[in-house]
Amino acid sequence: MSLITALSNWIVPCLIVIILLYGTLKKVPAYDAFVEGGKEGFSLAVSVMPFLVGMLVAISVFRASGAMNALTDLLRPLLAAIGMPPQVLPLALMRPLSGTGALGLLADLLGNYHPDSFIGRLASVMQGSTDTTFYVITVYFGAVGIHHIGDALKVGLLADLVGIFCALWIVTIAFG
Amino acid sequence: MINIIWVALFLIGMGYAALNGTMDAVNKTLFVSAKDAVEICFGLISVLIFWLGLMKIAEQAGLLGKLSGLMRPIMRKIFPEVPPDHPAMGYILSNTIANIFGLGNAATPMGIKAMKELKRLNGGKKTPSRSMITLLALNTSGLTLIPTTVIAIRMQYGSQSPTDIVAPTLIATCCTTVAALIIDRYFYYRRKRRGKK
Repeated sequence: MSLITALSNWIVPCLIVIILLYGTLKKVPAYDAFVEGGKEGFSLAVSVMPFLVGMLVAISVFRASGAMNALTDLLRPLLAAIGMPPQVLPLALMRPLSGTGALGLLADLLGNYHPDSFIGRLASVMQGSTDTTFYVITVYFGAVGIHHIGDALKVGLLADLVGIFCALWIVTIAFG
Repeated sequence: MINIIWVALFLIGMGYAALNGTMDAVNKTLFVSAKDAVEICFGLISVLIFWLGLMKIAEQAGLLGKLSGLMRPIMRKIFPEVPPDHPAMGYILSNTIANIFGLGNAATPMGIKAMKELKRLNGGKKTPSRSMITLLALNTSGLTLIPTTVIAIRMQYGSQSPTDIVAPTLIATCCTTVAALIIDRYFYYRRKRRGKK
């Protein structure tokens, strides 16, 4: 599916051109604005550091001990039927729970399997196709004092499940 | 919850290593992986500076505001119980636009403000209204145009084409969002049916 690959190559440059042209037409000092926004990017990346160190170390211990392989071997027969590599299941389970936890698992997977492998690509798409359901519910409902979450958790988790299958489906079509 | 998982990863890992004689590998990985995590964050710096810099141009040019205007008619359909000119609608739009452009730090405060307004619309009840659950569904489905963090980590691990997952991710996230909204509607009608009985 070279169409999807080509599309991937074009999205980012097109977006950059649109933003730069639109900004210049609206007489925004583009470079000044860029630098101002870039400062936020720096502090954002640095603020992730302790979270990611904590998560990646814990996940790496789990993998280096051999427990991760034991777990994925256990899951292999279950997942073989739907064509999902068992290695990505921990990521699928972590994704709704913790954003940095999932990021740590993604880094772990990309480090152990190549980013351009099927597993690497599937993990990348899975990470990008859903968000941290539990975190969103806790933060958003917590901030406004809602204690009965109603159907929110069910809706969020079902959507996550759909997201995982969508990722599997599209990666199999595009790169399988 | 996440605290338990985090501790469990360590304890199970150490226990498994003790039983299987892989303790030397565990020792080695402790410090290597900490260093790896810091390097990933350094990799994130470049991508995030570039992306948030571009986004600041888009914001100052009013591009994000214009897009939220374009999305308003769609949002009216997705949130039929929110009056179109209510401030809640404005916050919902800003929240969604910020999420689409990967501005998580800007999206969260907007989402919380939207929730506050929705709670007021709901008469300050402690149970979530239909619109509040829809807003959650929209946020948990993670609609994002460019997965910048994922691209950065792919680069870090030597991907030949770190951006080749952009289109697949976009398709997957769109499918998830549509599915989330359908699931949300289904649960809403189910609640309504039960309410009538």
